[in-house]
Amino acid sequence: MAVRTAHPPDTVAARRPRRVRRRRRVPAAFYAMVLPAFLLFFVFHTVPVLQGVFYSFTNYAGYGEWDFVGLDNYAAMLLDDRIRASYLFTFRFAIVATILVNVLALAIALGLHARIRFRTTLRAVFFLPNVLAVLVVGYIFKYLFGTSLPALGESLGIDALSTSILADPELAWLGVVVLGVWQATAFAVILYLAGLQTIPGDLYEAAAIDGAGRWRQFRSITFPLIAAFFTINMVLSLKNFLMVFDHVVALTEGGPGTSTESVSMVIYRGGFQGGEFAYQTANAVAYFVVIVVVSVLQLRVLRRREVSL
Amino acid sequence: MTAVPSMPPTPVPPSPTGAAPGGGPDRAGSPGRRRRSGVNWWLTALMVVCSLTVLVPLYFTVVTALKSPEDLGGAGFAPPTDPRWANFADAWRLTDFPHAALNSALITVGAVLLTLLTNSMVAYAIARNMHRRMFRWLYYYFVSALFVPFPIIMLPVVKQTAWLNLDNQLGLIFLYVVYGLAFNIFVYVGYLRSVPRELEEAALTDGAGIWTTFWRIVFPLLAPMNATVGILTCLWAWNDFLLPLVILSSPDAQTLPLVQYVFQGQFDTNYTVAFASYLMALSPLVVVYLLAQRWVISGVMRGSVK
Repeated sequence: MAVRTAHPPDTVAARRPRRVRRRRRVPAAFYAMVLPAFLLFFVFHTVPVLQGVFYSFTNYAGYGEWDFVGLDNYAAMLLDDRIRASYLFTFRFAIVATILVNVLALAIALGLHARIRFRTTLRAVFFLPNVLAVLVVGYIFKYLFGTSLPALGESLGIDALSTSILADPELAWLGVVVLGVWQATAFAVILYLAGLQTIPGDLYEAAAIDGAGRWRQFRSITFPLIAAFFTINMVLSLKNFLMVFDHVVALTEGGPGTSTESVSMVIYRGGFQGGEFAYQTANAVAYFVVIVVVSVLQLRVLRRREVSL
Repeated sequence: MTAVPSMPPTPVPPSPTGAAPGGGPDRAGSPGRRRRSGVNWWLTALMVVCSLTVLVPLYFTVVTALKSPEDLGGAGFAPPTDPRWANFADAWRLTDFPHAALNSALITVGAVLLTLLTNSMVAYAIARNMHRRMFRWLYYYFVSALFVPFPIIMLPVVKQTAWLNLDNQLGLIFLYVVYGLAFNIFVYVGYLRSVPRELEEAALTDGAGIWTTFWRIVFPLLAPMNATVGILTCLWAWNDFLLPLVILSSPDAQTLPLVQYVFQGQFDTNYTVAFASYLMALSPLVVVYLLAQRWVISGVMRGSVK
């Protein structure tokens, strides 16, 4: 039924003047192409989303009987220290990691884009972390932080290094930042490289003739022209880091204490192992809202500064 | 992936530097550097030093995997006195490596193939019917899933897959295909809208059906996007930890990352064997990557531009 009423005159009329107006019917093949995917998507995505929202208003433990409890779960969340701590950790980690990833990736991309030797090899090396599983890399970093760096610190006589930062509740989050940045920079570098290649070289020549120095060229040409890539990288990084899970499991398992428990981890642990199915689903729904709001705000702010050629 | 809608809608031609890095003419120029000037050796040296941040942890993994427990002291950066290859044999046995690797491979190959076949098809149907309200809605319906974080569906979907008897490798394949749909539809449709329709219309006029047109003309035209989507799906399905962790119920179905997790718990102190195991878990994709890295990088780059 929706098919018959579709008539945005500008597009349809312009493209296929007569034929479309006469035969509005969509060939059955197009329906056949989307139907299986639509059904799978509905069953495995939409239904769980609706279920999640539904359960968040109940006291379901994952098994047995349940009742509606209205907004009780959401109210309880606000007073839950563990959840509040997980939000604090996650945001602190995500913001710091996002900034570091983008600064480093932009610098590396500029370096790889310049006239250097071994460009292909270097590019391959810098992208390598992206093909490695975070969980496994996390175990390697755990050993580096826990054993190698302290040993190194001791032999060099540096006190600050001689204990494991992962054992320090105040510093453990920095370990997660290092792992996150190490792994995520690779992908951001690729995006920035793609962006740098969209800038025509003559712009720099013109700027050089006008007497612009390198820093000025970067500020006035490079950065504004890759603003779209800056936006996508910032939003992608922040969103991905807000969902952090593997990094924490591999490095600290949320510890020491609960100092590095991320929101995803609290939802996983409480929901599957703590009998808090409905409660943690409410947490997930709330977190969904938070992520959407953050992403939209971020997009708005960042897009305002974008320019195009 | 929420950022994707902010990308410029106009396609940018694949860059020469992406396809033939280093060799080709430097079309884009180098920021702040004169065009005809030679190689910047200072910058090269700086970049090489920076690349050590990637290489040193990998070197560390390799030497640790080759040490004997007695060798393992201090910071651990020294090469092993006598390479102990038996670590790999031990890790192979303890993790039942072939079994886990086969599971990972099965899931990855299944997810990639099914994703390429179905998602491109859906994107084609949507892209060529965007003027119809129903398909436009379908597009927004799929793409809106970019905003839904996994934890919100994690608990219900686990119940559901268990109920449907899909808490196994097949279920995981389905989930990767479905959860990748939002992003893939987005890039495929964006690309298809920039592809001229003359070829398809010519085929249709010549009497080819829509299916024939799709398989003979559209699917091959999508090759660059297929590469991007295939690579990203492959990396995701092979390396993923959370989805297999929550979905798979039988120990028989465990994937490589999961096996490392279990391994970590059981053999906490056996570091040298653990590192051999990590190395074995990481190496298949590294080997593939080293063989295909130009292609991988330019594929991912193209996906990002579109």
